[in-house]
Amino acid sequence: MCAMRPEPVHEPGPGGPGDPGNLAGQSRPRPDGQGGAVPAGPGPQGWKAVLTPEEIRRALTRIAHEILERTHGGDQVVLLGIPTRGVFLARRLAARIGEFEGSPAPVGSLDVTLHRDDLRLRPARALQRTEVPTDGIDGKTVVLVDDVLFSGRTIRAALDALNDLGRPRAVQLAVLVDRGHRELPIRADYVGKNLPTAHREKVRVQLAEFDGADSVLLGEVDR
Amino acid sequence: MKRHLISAGDLSRDDAVLILDTAQELESVGGRAIRKLPTLRGRTVVNLFYEDSTRTRTSFEAAAKRLSADVINFSAKGSSVAKGESLKDTALTLEAMGADAVVIRHPASGAPHRLTNWVSGRVVNAGDGTHEHPTQALLDAFTIRQRLGGAAHMGTVPVGAGGGGGGGAGGADRRGQGLDGLRVTIVGDVLHSRVARSNVLLLSTLGAHVTLVAPPTLMPHAVEAWPCRSGYDLDTELRKSDVVMMLRVQQERMNAAFFPTIREYRRRYGLDAGRMALLPEHAIVMHPGPMNRGVEIAAEVADSARSTIVQQVANGVTVRMAVLYLMLGGATEETA
Amino acid sequence: MTSGMSTSGQWLIKGAAVTGGEPADIHVKDGVIAAIGQGLDAPGAAVLDSGGLVALPGLVDLHTHLREPGREDAETVETGTRAAALGGYTAVHAMANTEPVADTAGVVEQVWRLGEQAGYVDVRPVGAVTVGLHGKQLAELGAMADSAARVRVFSDDGFCVADPLLMRRALEYVKAFDGVIAQHAQEPRLTEGAQLNEGEVASRLGLAGWPAAAEEAIIARDVLLAAHVDAALHVCHVSTAGSVEIIRWAKSKGWRVTAEVTPHHLLLTDDLAGGYDPVFKVNPPLRTRADIEALRHGLKDGTIDCVATDHAPHPVEAKETEWAAAANGMTGLETALRVVQRAMVDTGLLDWAGVADRMSARPAAIGRVPGHGQPLAPGAPANITLFDPAAGDTPVDPSAHASKSRNSPFAGMPLPGAVIATFLRGTPTVLDGKVTR
Repeated sequence: MCAMRPEPVHEPGPGGPGDPGNLAGQSRPRPDGQGGAVPAGPGPQGWKAVLTPEEIRRALTRIAHEILERTHGGDQVVLLGIPTRGVFLARRLAARIGEFEGSPAPVGSLDVTLHRDDLRLRPARALQRTEVPTDGIDGKTVVLVDDVLFSGRTIRAALDALNDLGRPRAVQLAVLVDRGHRELPIRADYVGKNLPTAHREKVRVQLAEFDGADSVLLGEVDR
Repeated sequence: MKRHLISAGDLSRDDAVLILDTAQELESVGGRAIRKLPTLRGRTVVNLFYEDSTRTRTSFEAAAKRLSADVINFSAKGSSVAKGESLKDTALTLEAMGADAVVIRHPASGAPHRLTNWVSGRVVNAGDGTHEHPTQALLDAFTIRQRLGGAAHMGTVPVGAGGGGGGGAGGADRRGQGLDGLRVTIVGDVLHSRVARSNVLLLSTLGAHVTLVAPPTLMPHAVEAWPCRSGYDLDTELRKSDVVMMLRVQQERMNAAFFPTIREYRRRYGLDAGRMALLPEHAIVMHPGPMNRGVEIAAEVADSARSTIVQQVANGVTVRMAVLYLMLGGATEETA
Repeated sequence: MTSGMSTSGQWLIKGAAVTGGEPADIHVKDGVIAAIGQGLDAPGAAVLDSGGLVALPGLVDLHTHLREPGREDAETVETGTRAAALGGYTAVHAMANTEPVADTAGVVEQVWRLGEQAGYVDVRPVGAVTVGLHGKQLAELGAMADSAARVRVFSDDGFCVADPLLMRRALEYVKAFDGVIAQHAQEPRLTEGAQLNEGEVASRLGLAGWPAAAEEAIIARDVLLAAHVDAALHVCHVSTAGSVEIIRWAKSKGWRVTAEVTPHHLLLTDDLAGGYDPVFKVNPPLRTRADIEALRHGLKDGTIDCVATDHAPHPVEAKETEWAAAANGMTGLETALRVVQRAMVDTGLLDWAGVADRMSARPAAIGRVPGHGQPLAPGAPANITLFDPAAGDTPVDPSAHASKSRNSPFAGMPLPGAVIATFLRGTPTVLDGKVTR
């Protein structure tokens, strides 16, 4: 029986400590599949599905192919997912690359908690797992994988965290959804879907491994 | 977590598991080329040590520095403290220097409690008199968890493999685990031991079954009220222990008639090779240090594969990093 | 309440419950009680409306530390006796552990004179049993008895007279002048470095224990010695259930043993030390609920003869430290009667007549104090305390105390009652709850 975990913060909204809508009660994977269902707990009203499970599947397949194209067959590529859901996405991409090329790409996770720029705004957060594949990252092309790209601060923290681990030859970024509103000069190399959003809207990614089913949801903040 | 860490009793099970899990994640930092994280940059940690203790002080210092905190060392000798400055005045000086956290070791039980009245930062008890030493208990719990997990998880990592090393990819992942069902025996001068008090509280909070073994003169007066068993016979307890923790016994106790001679103490309560053979195969031997080799623990036991003594020291830095991070890494203003 | 200070020196206290009994008027004239009755007429007397108040004979404290000479930073005879008057006291015994120790006629006379000058209460200096309180050699007890201070109570309080032979000699020696030895019962070898009652709390807090047996063993020894040499023994600040039993047994044998208990030992337990605040550090230490119950019943049935405050003022720096470095002791003069009301009267264990006995009559008898402790009756010296039991629970505020020191364990604690007036031989030292000068 695992101890209760303080909520893992995912995406820092601009100027604010995190997306409360994303976190309500969602620290454990739900065993029942509820594909496309409205998430439980307090949050924005009127969630709308903007990506179906099929569309997600195709987007990931496309991204895997793009990675292989731009890295000349995926040689020296290491996928590092940003916890929580970025890790599952990274593993799916690694598996797909394995299907296409015969051997799966090395995959791991990169916790960015200790390098966040908003650390001091909330009580200290629990750390997530950092797991680097055995061959390391020196001289490799690291592809960071995350579910939603928003202000860009998470990725900046990931670049800092990466710095402590070694010196990659190059760093690229793959995201399932780019919702705009960047606050730093950061851009993604591989995007599943460009999703223009209003600032007050919330984007929610759900994955089968963690939430029971795949979907991307858009909702309004309740005023 | 509460504002200060003064007693192991201040930690709920969730708090304790969170500290151990955080330590597990921070462990890999020690194996990297750059053994530093920026997390506590700009925070000031003061080591206020009224007792000589190079080991604990340097452990806290290393922990703070690895998190990029500024460290100021106040030791009793050679400072205004030696000239008889009161604890309160020293506290006010630290306050004026902007200490975000004060790590205090003091010969008087209760000194950290007093300190909380005079400093606005967090207080971490690094050992107060014969009262408590909570970070020692935490690193002991971390070591036990690393080697054995809980009783349900025993055997998932072989004895001697340890969980340390770089990258976090080598050791067993014990996230979320407590020490449920493990049988821990603590042996020695329990009456005067702050390590024993903290361990009894913390290990039982984490679900372990603790037994104290000591001569009657060194057993605390009202020990029946503590969350543990107690007994006077070491050999009986060894056969059913997953962990044996030996406490240091001091020469001065002999002079105050707590036991007749060192020889008799060693015969009845020392862990020698013969006693070590009584232990179950997976059992580990621990000691908070410094050891009296040949008194409470034989040299061959201290140096055996069962012994976690060296690991305990390494884990001390990691666990203290976790404590400092959780206390100072986020917002420090009281919200509740 | 008052119709001004009395110019004639006469007072008419109207409608007070005399020793808790029926309300009556008390006429005070020329320093004595002239009459007690209903509807008294006393032309020229200042009238003190005392409806709802209880009139007690002036309280007598067998155990106070006035600290002068030597520790005037904590208290002086003047400030301490002022505090005593505000607590309803008209006589206090000043313990000998001053600097220099009160082990000569010279020092005890000095203390006595300071008391006279201050004029708030009668100060009865206690003489040390041994020179310097070192426990080695008897002090000149006879000289102190013959001095202007007329010492009758001798105590090394703060320290135990541990040497059994010395204790025997002291008990015998003072018989010559009707003296009494008051023992601070604490076997030194069993309490070296002791910080708190040896029990569950001390064990958890990592504080060295002060076992009850260390007090009981000395009391057991001393009652046997007192019996053997047919002398008077008084036991200071009894704090354990076992001590009460031993004293009860000794009294059942007809031996001349008397005993006192402090207000704090009637109300406070050792778990208050949980925050390591040295305001709760005292010798003998606070003990358990069971000890409190035994002490209360001992006071009720007279096994314990009296309440004595053991008022022990300390300057701030002596109490604002880590526990082990802090001084022992609590102030108590200004809160004593209120604590006794909470612990004994409001619990139904003692009525006001009982309070008069335990806080005035018996301590005066034990201390051989002339003119104090006499029942309120015509002809008695007008040492009178007026107390309002219905004053309602108010939190104790040490910053408002007359004592120089602030180390009261009752700080912030709501306690019932209030001392309204105190008369010393017909002259008010306290009126309307304030000193008259």
